[in-house]
Amino acid sequence: MDFIKNFVNVLSVASISFVLLSAIFGFILYFNLFDGKLKSKSGYAFLGFGIVLILAGLFARPLLYLGIAYLLIMFVLANLGGRLWDKKVGLWLLIFGAAGFGLSMLDPNFNLIAAKPDNVPIAAMIFLLGFFTWLALRKAYLNDKQIEAGGIPWEKTESDEKLFTWPDLVYTELLCMILLTIVMIVWSIGLRAPLEEAANPTSSPNPAKAPWYFLGLQEMLVYFDPWLAGVVLPTLIIVGLMAIPYIDTNPRGNGYYSFRERKWEIGIFLYGFLVLWSFLIITGTFLRGPNWNFYGPYEYWDPNKLEPLVNINLSELVWVKLMAMPLPKLWFIREAPGLILVLLYVALPPLLAAGPFRRFYLKMGAPRYYVGAMLFLIMMSLPIKMVLRWLFNLKYIVNIQEIFFNI
Amino acid sequence: MANLKSVQDGIVNSQIWKSIFRVGIPNTNRKRVLAVLGSLILHLHPVKVRRSGVRMSYTWCMGGTSFFLFLVETVTGLLLMFYYRPTIEYAFTDIMDLREQAPFGIMREMHRWGAHAMVIAVWLHMFRVFMTGSYKPPREFNWNVGVILLVLTLLLSFTGYLLPWDQLAIWAITVGSNMARASPGAGTEGPMSSLLKLGDVPLIHSGDDARFALIAGKSIGAATLLRFYVLHCVVIPLAAGFLMAIHFWRVRKDGGISGPL
Repeated sequence: MDFIKNFVNVLSVASISFVLLSAIFGFILYFNLFDGKLKSKSGYAFLGFGIVLILAGLFARPLLYLGIAYLLIMFVLANLGGRLWDKKVGLWLLIFGAAGFGLSMLDPNFNLIAAKPDNVPIAAMIFLLGFFTWLALRKAYLNDKQIEAGGIPWEKTESDEKLFTWPDLVYTELLCMILLTIVMIVWSIGLRAPLEEAANPTSSPNPAKAPWYFLGLQEMLVYFDPWLAGVVLPTLIIVGLMAIPYIDTNPRGNGYYSFRERKWEIGIFLYGFLVLWSFLIITGTFLRGPNWNFYGPYEYWDPNKLEPLVNINLSELVWVKLMAMPLPKLWFIREAPGLILVLLYVALPPLLAAGPFRRFYLKMGAPRYYVGAMLFLIMMSLPIKMVLRWLFNLKYIVNIQEIFFNI
Repeated sequence: MANLKSVQDGIVNSQIWKSIFRVGIPNTNRKRVLAVLGSLILHLHPVKVRRSGVRMSYTWCMGGTSFFLFLVETVTGLLLMFYYRPTIEYAFTDIMDLREQAPFGIMREMHRWGAHAMVIAVWLHMFRVFMTGSYKPPREFNWNVGVILLVLTLLLSFTGYLLPWDQLAIWAITVGSNMARASPGAGTEGPMSSLLKLGDVPLIHSGDDARFALIAGKSIGAATLLRFYVLHCVVIPLAAGFLMAIHFWRVRKDGGISGPL
């Protein structure tokens, strides 16, 4: 039991769990939605990465655990293939998830955090997200199969048939309302709303957490300064969401579930919504304790836990470590390497438009292509910064402390 | 049974019943049409809907759930307003009284859990709409209205978080509002803000920056509480209500509940 708990604790460290989650995301896209086979180029690439992880694990225990979990999940998903979307398999997944959660509740440390009144809805949200993702992809997979066989998506077979609002729709709505009312009443009687002591501006709790739906942003503060994590990125999330219908000109997949007709849109959206946003919220809620240190799900939130801060800036890495000279006095020389990197990153869309992404550029037109590519790059800057932090302890790529301009 | 039937007939044929429900029991197609058309609430719906749009497995009923939870929040919130005074002296003690004294009091519980549930429901609604490609023409604008409604939902929940005035409340809002300090060019610690100055006088300081505008002061206090209360109870619900009306209207005008076009 202790071994399993330790295994899960190690796997849930953000650097490990994020890589694992991203990998599972890739597996599901390839093996379960595209019917990819293990015995193929991509299959071997997946396998090779797993073996690299195991080999690296010989030197670092967490990577060994990651490699084992990675290969295990890969084999299971590759074997399941399209059967992942069978109702029976879905039910088993749900049972496994619920059983794992139920057993975990027996652990006092897990129980303490998961049973906090304000965290209960987020625990429920994990299951809801899992269920609805499975449901949506199941429908998409079935429709894809039907379209491939020359048929039409299931929704189209029904869209010409119209029903009277009364009784069909009105009764469904009534049932939903009654059910929801019951759920709300039972929930409200069973679980008291939290109330701590009266507000005291002089004594701050540790950890001080934002409301749970903003914990993704608070978790981003680990990797970015507040002006990016708290202001610019949230604004761009909203702008990006609003821009979706104007960037996506693919006329297919309008009004029915499908994956293969819209693989890029769905892939990017699911990555942002599940692997980035939801992952960060769940990490920030359940796995961040005092001093915003990381704690595994079965770990005691020890306020005295010390995590060494050895993060360094790119400027120090380049000037001091690489070239063995003191940091230049003038900020634009000191930060030149970082500024050049950022400029190169921003210059990617035009470079790609001339090269491998020519197809998209021509299909979408310049404005759509550039807005879409910039939003995508800004979204991907988060996982890139996360990985750089874990690999090189990199704190800032650009660090102009003089005007608070840090990236 | 015969008695029950005659009682039912008696009620349905009474002048009172007929004055309220114009159509009677909708047991013919004509009456089904009239029942929906003739009612203010029901006429939000079209008379007929696509078969696929009625299926729970297609719509997940999450838009309806979001709206229903908004109504739950409105009703429970109104009841809470009878008990709550948004001042530093009373806010916490009023909530305490509500918790300890009000018999069978679950309104605060329902309001809080309803708020969490509404955020989740709105996310899942957006998720479903995305996965069915229902933001594509002609529904682009309605997707945008939906995104703004999502932001308003988060702001509603955020402003409400402060009102109990306990440790959980002020520190969550402190953490949340500290971010505004870093707004580029508008917060004291934001990039480029220090460049904005007249001679030696900085234009952006802790007494006029973005955070000051958000919490009405240099730190969270009485003015913040009042500001969040008014935003929470009046401003944002009105804005959300207005946008919801547009949202529902556009669902109808853009071709009804989403389905293959």
